[in-house]
This record gives sequence, C-alpha cells and structure tokens, in this order.
Amino acid sequence: MSRVRERLASRAFSLTAVVIAVLWTTPTLGLLLSSFRPEDEIKTTGWWTVFGSPHVTLDNYDEVLFGSANASGRLAEHLVNSVVITLPSVLFPLVLGFFAAYALAWIDFRGRGALLVGIFALQIVPLQMALVPLLKLFSQGWLFLPAWGLTGPARFTHVWFAHTVFALPFAVFLLHNFLAGLPRDLIEAARVDGASHGTLLLRIVLPLAGPALVTFAIIQFIWVWNDLLVALALSGGTAETAPVTVRLAGLAGTRGNEWQRLTAGAFVSAFVPVLVFFALQRHFARGLLTGSVKG
Amino acid sequence: MRFGARLALAVTTLIVTVTACGAPHGGGSQPRAGQDCGPYARYGEHAGTTVTVYASNRDREADLFEETWADFAACTGIDVAYEGDGEFEAQIQLRVEGGNTPDVAFFPQPGLMERFARAGRLKPASAEVAALAKEGWSADWNGYATVNGTLYGTPLVANVKSFVWYSPAFFRDRGLSVPRTWAELMDVTEKVAASGVKPWCAGVESGEATGWPLTDWIEDVLLRQAGPDVYDQWVSHEIPFNDPRVIRAMDTVGSVLKNDRYANGGYGPARSMASIAYQEGGTPVLSGDCAMHRQASFYAEHWPEGTEIGPDKDVFAFLLPGTDRTSRPVLGGGVFAAAFSDRPEVRAFQEYLATADFATARMKKGPFVSANKGVDPADAATPVDRLSIQLLQDPKTQFRFDGSDLMPASVGAGTFWKGAVDWIGGKGTEPVADSVERSWPRP
Repeated sequence: MSRVRERLASRAFSLTAVVIAVLWTTPTLGLLLSSFRPEDEIKTTGWWTVFGSPHVTLDNYDEVLFGSANASGRLAEHLVNSVVITLPSVLFPLVLGFFAAYALAWIDFRGRGALLVGIFALQIVPLQMALVPLLKLFSQGWLFLPAWGLTGPARFTHVWFAHTVFALPFAVFLLHNFLAGLPRDLIEAARVDGASHGTLLLRIVLPLAGPALVTFAIIQFIWVWNDLLVALALSGGTAETAPVTVRLAGLAGTRGNEWQRLTAGAFVSAFVPVLVFFALQRHFARGLLTGSVKG
Repeated sequence: MRFGARLALAVTTLIVTVTACGAPHGGGSQPRAGQDCGPYARYGEHAGTTVTVYASNRDREADLFEETWADFAACTGIDVAYEGDGEFEAQIQLRVEGGNTPDVAFFPQPGLMERFARAGRLKPASAEVAALAKEGWSADWNGYATVNGTLYGTPLVANVKSFVWYSPAFFRDRGLSVPRTWAELMDVTEKVAASGVKPWCAGVESGEATGWPLTDWIEDVLLRQAGPDVYDQWVSHEIPFNDPRVIRAMDTVGSVLKNDRYANGGYGPARSMASIAYQEGGTPVLSGDCAMHRQASFYAEHWPEGTEIGPDKDVFAFLLPGTDRTSRPVLGGGVFAAAFSDRPEVRAFQEYLATADFATARMKKGPFVSANKGVDPADAATPVDRLSIQLLQDPKTQFRFDGSDLMPASVGAGTFWKGAVDWIGGKGTEPVADSVERSWPRP
C-alpha cells in the first residue's frame, strides 16, 4: 500500500496528472473564453484568437439570462425553476433514505434481509423504463389511485416525485452501508441508557452520518441539476416549470444557427453545481469512502 | 432547535414558498381596448379556456407564431399555451403514451402524424376545418394529412427545397444567365468550372441528421429525371430503393457533387462536404469561391448577417430546373397542425389555423411560406418567400413532399442519411443503394 502511494507521488506521475488535467480542461477553457466573445467572432474564428484581439463582451450572458421572448435565453426564469426542482428532489430522498437506512441497519424485524436485497436490486432498474408508467400514473391514475391532474406550477410535484423515487434505492444503499458500519457498542450503550429510536437517530446517528449525507446530497444535487430526460418528460417545457437544462437544449434555435448562446448558457447552468461542489468538497472526499470501506 | 426540527421547518417553508409562487397569475387573455374583434367573432367566446400547443418550432419562430395568434387569443378568450421543443419527434410519442397529450401538435413529418391517426389518437378534422382545407389547399397537400380517407389536420407551414442559391453579381460578371433546363444548368456548371472556380458548394453536417442535404439532392434529381409517378412509387416502396432509375439519379448527383472539378467550391475536395455544417454550406457563394448552392428556402436565415437577398442583391435563388422548360417539379416540406382533442376551443383554434387570414398575418410578421391558395405572394416578407409562394400556387407546379420525411423513419431519418454520407465519402452508388434497400423494414 505504501509503495503504491510512493509511486503515485513521484514526479512522473504528478506530471502526467497535470498534463491530463490540462488536456481535460482546455475545451472548457475555450468555451469559457468564447462565451465572452461577440457573436460574429464566435462563429468565424477559434477561441484562441481572443489572445490576439481581445474583444470582450457580456452580451451573450445578457441575452441568455435576461431576454424576454422565446428568441432569447430567459435562463434567469429557468434557473429559479431548476432550484425549485432540485432542492426538494435532494431533500426528500435524503430524509426518507436516512430513516429507511437506519431502520434497515439497526431495527430487527422479519424480512429485513429480503427487503434490503429488494431495495438494492431496484438500483438496476433503468429510469427510462419508468417514464411512461409514471406519466400514466400522473394523468390517469393506477388501480385505486386517482389521477393527479396537476397543471401549471403544480407539475413540479411530478418531477419531485420522480426524482425521489429514482434516487431512493441508491440513497438507502449508500446510507445503509455507512450506518451499518457504526460501532455496535455505541448504539447498544445508548439503548441501555433508555434512548428511544427517535432520540438515537437524531442525537447519535445523525451527527455521525454527516459525511455520508453530504456525499449523497452532492451526487443527487448534481444529478438532478443536470437532468434533462425526467424534466423534459414530466415538467412540461414552458417557462413556468422547465429547468435550465430543458431550455439549454433548445437554445440554439430551430435550425441550430444561434449556437453562440450555448457558450454562455453552458456556464450559467454549470455555475451552481460547481459552487455547491466546492462548498462541500471537503466532506465529499471523506464521504466517498463510506460506501466501500466499512468502519 | 435540533437539526431534525430545522430540516422539517426548511422543507415546510420551501413547500409554502413554491405553492405561493404557483398561485395563478391573473388571466392573460383580455381583449385590449380599441381592438377590432370583428374578424374573430366567428370563432365564438371561450373565456377562461386553454389550448396547449406542442411543436418543434422554437426561438424566433415561436415568438412570431405567438404574436400572430395574440389577437385571436385576446378576442376569443382562449389562452394558447405554446411549447416548442427540439426533441419533438421523440417526446410527442412519450407524451401521448403517457397521457400528457397536447391539444394541438404541429407535425413536421406527415408520417409521424399518420401513425397517431392510425392509432386512433388524433381527432378527425371538423366539418368546418375540412371545408377550409378544401378551399385553401390543393388535393396533394390535403392528401398528406389524410389517412384512410379522413382528414386529420391542415398544412401550416410550407417550404420549398428545390432552390439553387447564387450570386446575381457573379452570374452577371461572367455573362451567365439563370438556367431554365437541366442541360442549361450543366452548361453553366461547365462554364464556371472552366473559368477556374468550382461551381457547386455544399455542407451536409447537421448533428444527428447529418446527410439530409444530400438526400434532398438525390430526391430532387429523381423527381426530375424519372417523374413524379416513379418518385411516388419509390417513396412508398412500390419499387425498390435501389431501382435502376434511382441509381441513375444518384449517379447524376454524383457527377456533380462527387466531382472534384465541380465541388466543393471554397472548401476543397468534394468529400469535404461531410464535415461542413449545412448552415455554412453556401457561404462561399458570397466570396465568389463557389457559384451555386442547392438548398431550401429556409437557407435565407443562414446567410451571414447583413447579406441582402433579392434578384439584384447579394444572393438570390432560382428553381432547380427540370428536364425541359415546361416542367416545374418542386420538392418541399411542410408542417401540419392536428388536434388530439375536440373541445370547442380546440376546434376554434384549429379552424383559425386553417384560414388564409392566419397565414397572411403570419407572413406579414416575418419569413414564412404557406401553401394556402388564398394568400397573396405580395404579402411575403422576403423575395424568396414570394418566389416560393408563387411556385406553390402555380398550377403547373408538380409538388412532391420530401421523400425522406415520408419513408419509414429508420430509413428516411436513418440509413438513407448515413448511406448518403458514406456515398459522398467515396463509396460506390450501388453498394450504398443496396444497403439502404436491405434496411427497409419488412412488414
């Protein structure tokens, strides 16, 4: 183990890592520089020419963010939608998954093993398969369940529901593995002291589970923020409910000739997840190991 | 407060905020003061109703549509909720399957519309709409929206694909005149090539749809060489895809586009087409590096900003000629409006879309072509639109719909496109035609 670490820390490996990082980020850098260039320059010359003739403008950002007609970005409206979609879609599975994981890890009940395997197995169900049944459930109901019949902004509920449902198996899996790894003595000591499950959950387990919760929150946040498929199918594409991704997909115009907007649009959309990631990065690195290494 | 309680509070706050934001903002469709609602009286009053429209047109086209029906919406009280989506073809099936069906959809392919009609999802056009359709469009056009003898929709947008864009100044300087027959066209081609300029330019890269400009070329030439009847048989697969007449048409296109002497003007060897974006295919016409670019009327939007279009301006277009001066084959495409529900307000909206008044109003706002017989070419926003409308209204015109939009999608929007790209890259005509034929879905 230590030899591997030594090797990986050697100069050659560091250099390789730097080269890979540079190669990887160059296109993104090009996109970023392009987003500040005027439209006709974006369309006629490469982004590197910006160093020779620096014409910088914020027009692209202004257009994609604050336009008011279909022929401009209107991303500001859609950013709000994205936030409204993403926050509950992270919180619901986080809370439900946390409770479920606790119960599955520390409460003995019949059929626990089978339930656990069942939930984990659900991770392999591709969400594409569930779209039409979900839509039917919303619009027509199923068995004894009535149709939801939601219109307008209430349709956010569809998206929240779908994201929560799709995220739960993974949330339970990740959090269960972490919670099951907590020292048995600790839990038992608290039980002996008379702590109910509720107290145990909130006073003892929750403070310890921080890294795992943050890890799941980041993964889920980035997933939901970048999601196009579920939003496209369930949210409806109007400015009332559609998130940034749906708008981005149509930003280049009917015939793709307005693609200069995509440069600025991409950064507007990427800004928020990058911010979230950097803010929580420290916890994330710690939490990544939670699913794999117990104890 | 403990964490759990704070969390609960946060969630509650969020939900309350969202619900508050979601409160309906006051109805938007109120007749404005001083507005003349006379022309819209026939559609009745439908205050408080909403018609949802789902289409692939977005961006500026969406704005122009919305502006066009704003008066209709204000006078009838119908709130028209328009949604344009780049994924229309895939999403419409998901929506219909899932029960989240729009009231009205604008179908860019008759084939797709037919599928929903056959599945019993679309509502047949009302008697009023059928009467308007009969009055407004030729039997050919209405035929595309008719399934098993029932009319399901009306043509909304038309576009003419058989245009050759050229620079009038370039032609004038070399003493060339606009060709009226295929032989004259080849004559012009040869003259330009002899002067050291590659006469044709094209770009066929178009993301997932790469190759479509080539399939249009091939369809256009087949329509001219073999005639509309053979073309129809080919599209409906009554004759095989690799019929000798189709091979001949492809070879004719190849003699122009796959010929390094004739193409790709301004860009290099003929095979460079595959990597040139179709939006930029015609740009060399402006610099004089290329004489002609065959592309649809909507290419007008792709010229760099500031390019003027007209018979004596920077660029203009002529109809790709037929074999002789009298024949006028036109390849084109169109968008059709069909309804998934038959509520009175949907009927009213569909009726409005079927009128020449709608087409005229839309034309006055910006580039738009309608095949409606009731529109006046003089109302067109651009000279090319005017030419398109004149062609569409000319009784001598033999209009045929873009074949790749009528063929099964796996061929028309799949193997035919890909085959055409292989073909321009150097693969032989027969192997390509054979492989497309093999890919045709077996019943």
